[in-house]
Amino acid sequence: MQDTTLLQMRHINKVFPGVKALSDVDFTLRKGEIHALMGENGAGKSTLIKILTGVYGMDGGEIIVEGMNVSIHSPQDAQNKGISTVYQEITLCPNLTVAENMFIGREESTLVRHKFYEKRADEILEKLGIPARAAQQLGSCSLAVQQMVAIARAVDMECKVLILDEPTSSLDDKEVNMLFNLMRDLKKQGVGIIFVTHFLEQVYEVCDRITVLRNGELVGEYLIEDLPQVDLVAKMIGKELDELSDFGQIEEKQYDSKDIFYEAESLSSSDAMPFDFCIHKGEVNGFTGLLGSGRSESVRAIFGADKVTGGTVKIKGEDVKITKPVDAMKHGIGYLAEDRKRDGIIAELSVRENIILALQVMKGFFKPISRSEAEAFADEYIKVLNIKTASRETPVGSLSGGNQQKVILARWLLTHPDYLILDEPTRGIDVGTKLEIQKLVLKLAEDGVSVTFISSEVEEMLRTCSRLIVMRDRHVVGELKGQDLNQAQVMKTIAGGETQNEG
Amino acid sequence: MNENKKFRREPLTDTQLLMTITICIFVAMYLLAMLLLRGGFLHAQQVFDMLNDNASLIIVSCGLTIVMIGGGIDISVGAVTSLVVMSCILYLNNGGNIFVSILLALGIGVAFGLVHGFLVSYLEIQPFIVTLAGMFFARGLTTILSVNPQKVDHEGFAKLRDAKIVIPWLGYTAKNGNKVPARIELGVVVAFACVLLIFILLKYIKLGRNFYAMGGNQTSALMLGINVKRTRFISYVLSGLLSGISGYVFMMHTGAGNATNAAGMEMNAIASSIIGGTLLTGGVGNVVGTLFGTLTLTTIKKIVVSSGLNDPWWQSITTGGMLCFFILLQSVVLARRAKKKKS
Repeated sequence: MQDTTLLQMRHINKVFPGVKALSDVDFTLRKGEIHALMGENGAGKSTLIKILTGVYGMDGGEIIVEGMNVSIHSPQDAQNKGISTVYQEITLCPNLTVAENMFIGREESTLVRHKFYEKRADEILEKLGIPARAAQQLGSCSLAVQQMVAIARAVDMECKVLILDEPTSSLDDKEVNMLFNLMRDLKKQGVGIIFVTHFLEQVYEVCDRITVLRNGELVGEYLIEDLPQVDLVAKMIGKELDELSDFGQIEEKQYDSKDIFYEAESLSSSDAMPFDFCIHKGEVNGFTGLLGSGRSESVRAIFGADKVTGGTVKIKGEDVKITKPVDAMKHGIGYLAEDRKRDGIIAELSVRENIILALQVMKGFFKPISRSEAEAFADEYIKVLNIKTASRETPVGSLSGGNQQKVILARWLLTHPDYLILDEPTRGIDVGTKLEIQKLVLKLAEDGVSVTFISSEVEEMLRTCSRLIVMRDRHVVGELKGQDLNQAQVMKTIAGGETQNEG
Repeated sequence: MNENKKFRREPLTDTQLLMTITICIFVAMYLLAMLLLRGGFLHAQQVFDMLNDNASLIIVSCGLTIVMIGGGIDISVGAVTSLVVMSCILYLNNGGNIFVSILLALGIGVAFGLVHGFLVSYLEIQPFIVTLAGMFFARGLTTILSVNPQKVDHEGFAKLRDAKIVIPWLGYTAKNGNKVPARIELGVVVAFACVLLIFILLKYIKLGRNFYAMGGNQTSALMLGINVKRTRFISYVLSGLLSGISGYVFMMHTGAGNATNAAGMEMNAIASSIIGGTLLTGGVGNVVGTLFGTLTLTTIKKIVVSSGLNDPWWQSITTGGMLCFFILLQSVVLARRAKKKKS
């Protein structure tokens, strides 16, 4: 058998302060193959890529390119060794011409012969079938074409390994196809391509092999034929299908369409694709999907946290406009952000100040809440939610994660919302507090509050939600309730296959 | 649309577009002034005077354009010009040599450029702060050198100062009937040489293209294999060097120095660059545009004065208005372009 191995990474280890990002990961790339590197966010894909491109150094392991042991010190170094990367964000200069972007930084002479480079660039563009002209300003090309120009540059540098890091995330279907054709052409020329993406269907359309990572560890390397989409999802999440089959179920409640509290039709935002959504009074439903499938973006659109770009929204049957968080709050919607450090908590302020924040915003800043009122509110919720804090004046930053989460929850409960959106409220907190929060969610629902719940742990969602909306690749791909609410069905829907196949 | 690829012209790049707008506006403005105000505007000497008076401004503006294309700013240029003037005068008056005085001028400029470049590129301090410090420092030094105005008293230099290119056929007849030939000072020649050299540098030399790449997107420039730190460093050194040349040209024009010389010159230089189509955000600009930017700025001032608005504040007000107008125009043009691309 002929040795077609192009690149080998063996026993790669990488430690960041406090976290083991990669432990003993192997990766092999062969000539003329398109190899998908899969894993959820935080699985170690980008770390592995960054080690290969010299952005990070590694703490152990070896990299072998065409049988030679190499060490890669910088992105520049990687390029010289034939490893080129095209990133998700385009790393070209929009103010220069296409030709200049292809040749700048690697001209042989001090004098720049524009005509000469433009001629060469035109030849390459034509050969690769890229619809751009060399003398055109790059900024006047579409994003897809810019992406391709970046690839053309890499190809002209005679790269052996081409890394495409989420290249399709900002492209439409037609542009993705153009890109795939280009990838197939390069494959024929013997280039090894590493394709990082979270679009499952795209992997099956264009790749030959898949390497799956999870929590910084290698799950395995598979031929595409040997790993159906459902199994891929199971590998990425780390659950075998058979062990997930049954779990306690919540009895299905019947809702009257009159009870719809919130209804959105083709709502979209700067980050979320259009989707329909509704929730009844007292209902708990959830968005599920892989990290990055668009579930957080969708609820952010409901709350008006990102720029809303379209769609109609009805609350209790009446048309309303929600374009910014304050609008949502005025209509009784509360939102607990996914990343509490960034979006929720103000660490330097006290527990009391954090709790009254949302209420204060709703009342307007010219009607301050009196100190005694605020203290009363704070004490009440510290008791109700069992927040463990030295006093109500303790800075929130010094509380544990679970208690910080409770403070934010208190903040929203204080506004007496009709509809509460909880995005990963239980991430990074201990099991006891998790259960407390789950119970609280169910109790709120009994009191008539509608709750949308997002969690990475499917079990948790199954325990609390009576309806699950499943997302994949930024689209809603299914809605599960009643009998279908079980792990296996959720997995299948996430993996898709029987649903629409696009791209 | 012409389908034949060979004959299709590429749309102008942002740089070319903004420069073209400036040149058109300058020409239109000047023609209008010739028609309506007549007087001095009908004589070629009017243009030469504008150049004679502003040669040093053109030179520093070129330096500033380089820095701004690279995404930086240098507000020390006026103060450095002033320091160069004062240093050279004192040196010449103490029996100095012309050749050495030129080296002194360039040396002072480059020294400031080196320090600025080092602080901005390698220690990554905000360029505004660094060059602000440089500005105060240079002003301070100038005052230490001499609080009183100084006049050059040096035979060799007097010859250099009075050297002019005379073009008789472009002259005009003065009121007393004397023929006055057109006169161009040596400084203008130096200024044009600077414009030409920097034009070539920015367009055809690798280093020049790297300035654009760096200003267009710094991270990308790094990824494309450009040594961003060194490129940025050089941009400040060039700006310093040009401040040095500007100082010498300034001295050749006035033949005297004063601690408040070239006050506010940096602001005029920034205005010239912007009017000439250089974007403060970097990556777009051109020295030919800058040359016309300076001329536009000067012409508008002349027009204000010729219209009988003699009070000094009118010049400032019109300059401010102009700047606003150009920035608005630029952002409208570029925004329309971005919109067109999307649709």
